[in-house]
Amino acid sequence: MSQFNGAGEQPAIFVEGLTKSFGEVHALRGIDLSVPRGTVLGVLGPNGAGKTTAVRILTTLLLPDGGRAVVEGHDVVREAAAVRRSIALAGQSAAIQLELTGRENLEIIGRLYHLSRPETRSRAAGLLEQFGLADAANRTAKTYSGGMQRRLDLAASLVGRPRVLFLDEPTTGLDPRARLGMWDIIRSLVAGGTTLLLTTQYLDEADELADEIVVIDHGLVIAAGTSEELKNRVGGDVIEFTVPDRGRVADAVAAIKPIGEGEPHADPETGVVGVGVGSRGSDALIEVVRALDAASIESHGLALRRPSLDDAFLTLTGHAAEDEQPNGRRRGSRRRRRSDDTQADDTQSARAGS
Amino acid sequence: MTAITGSAWAPGLGYRIRWGVSDTLTLTKRSLLVWYRVPAFIFFSVVQPVIFVLLFRFVFGGAIPVTVPGGYVNFLMPGIIAQTAAFATFGTAIVLAQELKKGVIDRLKSMPIARSAVLTGRLVADTARMVVTIVIIVGVGYAVGFRFLNGAGPAVAMVVLATVFGVAIACVSAFTGLAIGDEESVQSFGLIWLFPLTFVSSAFVPIATMPGWLQAFANHQPVTYVVNAMRAMALGGPQLEPTLWPNLWRSLIWLAGIFIVFLPLAVRAYKRAA
Repeated sequence: MSQFNGAGEQPAIFVEGLTKSFGEVHALRGIDLSVPRGTVLGVLGPNGAGKTTAVRILTTLLLPDGGRAVVEGHDVVREAAAVRRSIALAGQSAAIQLELTGRENLEIIGRLYHLSRPETRSRAAGLLEQFGLADAANRTAKTYSGGMQRRLDLAASLVGRPRVLFLDEPTTGLDPRARLGMWDIIRSLVAGGTTLLLTTQYLDEADELADEIVVIDHGLVIAAGTSEELKNRVGGDVIEFTVPDRGRVADAVAAIKPIGEGEPHADPETGVVGVGVGSRGSDALIEVVRALDAASIESHGLALRRPSLDDAFLTLTGHAAEDEQPNGRRRGSRRRRRSDDTQADDTQSARAGS
Repeated sequence: MTAITGSAWAPGLGYRIRWGVSDTLTLTKRSLLVWYRVPAFIFFSVVQPVIFVLLFRFVFGGAIPVTVPGGYVNFLMPGIIAQTAAFATFGTAIVLAQELKKGVIDRLKSMPIARSAVLTGRLVADTARMVVTIVIIVGVGYAVGFRFLNGAGPAVAMVVLATVFGVAIACVSAFTGLAIGDEESVQSFGLIWLFPLTFVSSAFVPIATMPGWLQAFANHQPVTYVVNAMRAMALGGPQLEPTLWPNLWRSLIWLAGIFIVFLPLAVRAYKRAA
């Protein structure tokens, strides 16, 4: 049953050469992953990259075409029932029945996990308390805020005390405060020893929560490492500003070219100019201000910011992440918003809100 | 870690049946609680058949000559009740399509529950809903002049037959809901096949009034057999009594056929649902 000996050695999730196609679409083209027990793996990638397909295979919802995947020592194909007993899947509030109260939602899940009635009651009460939902326990979930629904959904996934938890975009669509609340809860789960695989479209989320990050695009793992390692591959911090006089965008690019670590990139339509500056952050910021001033170029919203997922994609894949977004909505709005950012901190919150 | 951790996992048949039933009942309760919480659901599942009762009883009924004892209202009610049972399965198809789209079915399938329970729980809950709706419509029928003329036993048998018919149709609806997977398409598709099936039958008018080519269809389709059997059960009498068995056994063969074809199809669509 298990090809690893000694509980300490065995990774919680082990994936090797996993492939899956839907007709002509090659959703996964051979991915490898290994997640040690009690750690968090962040899986980054745009919609359509293959993240969801990978999660669906690991949670036994989909059969792979090739390769193998082992969760808690059980093969997801041959021992699917055993895998289901060690895992839980949570994410976008799918387990929540809005017409039922928070307590009823959890108690029904408890009964499905075959807990006895008293166990079910105490487990539900404990989770409601832990997730800050005790006061709302007897209200229907319809009356909950988006953040509360997401917390209830996460609580529902923990009823069966899973050892491995799959979180599929747990904060997509949440406002910044609710998002921070989810992060705190997720951190406390990890502190409790749960292994976590988290998919997200936000680099900062992976940055906050993940021990290791893999970037998936077009069905392949295109980069893996800690968040620091990935950021270094992006080329460190980015300085960005808008030139209101579109005619002078080219001059601005020429002026800052010597400062950047790589070629500056400019969008002639929006007037947004950006350049990677490595780890020289604030020094480079001052140099850019001086260079623009010396060339008498007016600029708005000059900001130093951490690289985003968009930057990571530009660097790692040579194309922007939004290319294959079928509904293009979220990513488009994020990108437009970028030119409004005035400070690095604002960039964070604007991103969180998008 | 509690009872959930067992790694050597080879459950016996008894264990699987026991928990299969338990999981089904848990999910049934879940569905029925939703129904109970949202009175609008009950209202809308009853409104449409009530409108049909009133429309056919008072608007069209006078123009439809029938020979059954008690007149057109007694002819009509078994037909309306069968149609109500069939139309109640719109909900089955729509909710399954919604749950599929929202990822509810994925979530339930990723849990260590009996894999059949999502489908069986839905069917049991919808059957309960169907029986309540049928009983309400029988009450409405009584208010507008309908009477069971054949005693309590056959009356109950009529409700049971209507329900079994409804469950067979629910298997077809579950299949369409899971296979199509889109709420609006599922709803339109339901109208496309359920309207002709229930109207081109003996449910509302005597088949003899239809053109010959349509009679050929109407005379041999399951709704007609079911409605004829239900009518004989409800009204009895020397005219209808002899029609009971021929219609009943044909109904049962049809219903068995529908179960045999569509239950596995629904299960397969559920397993494949993505």
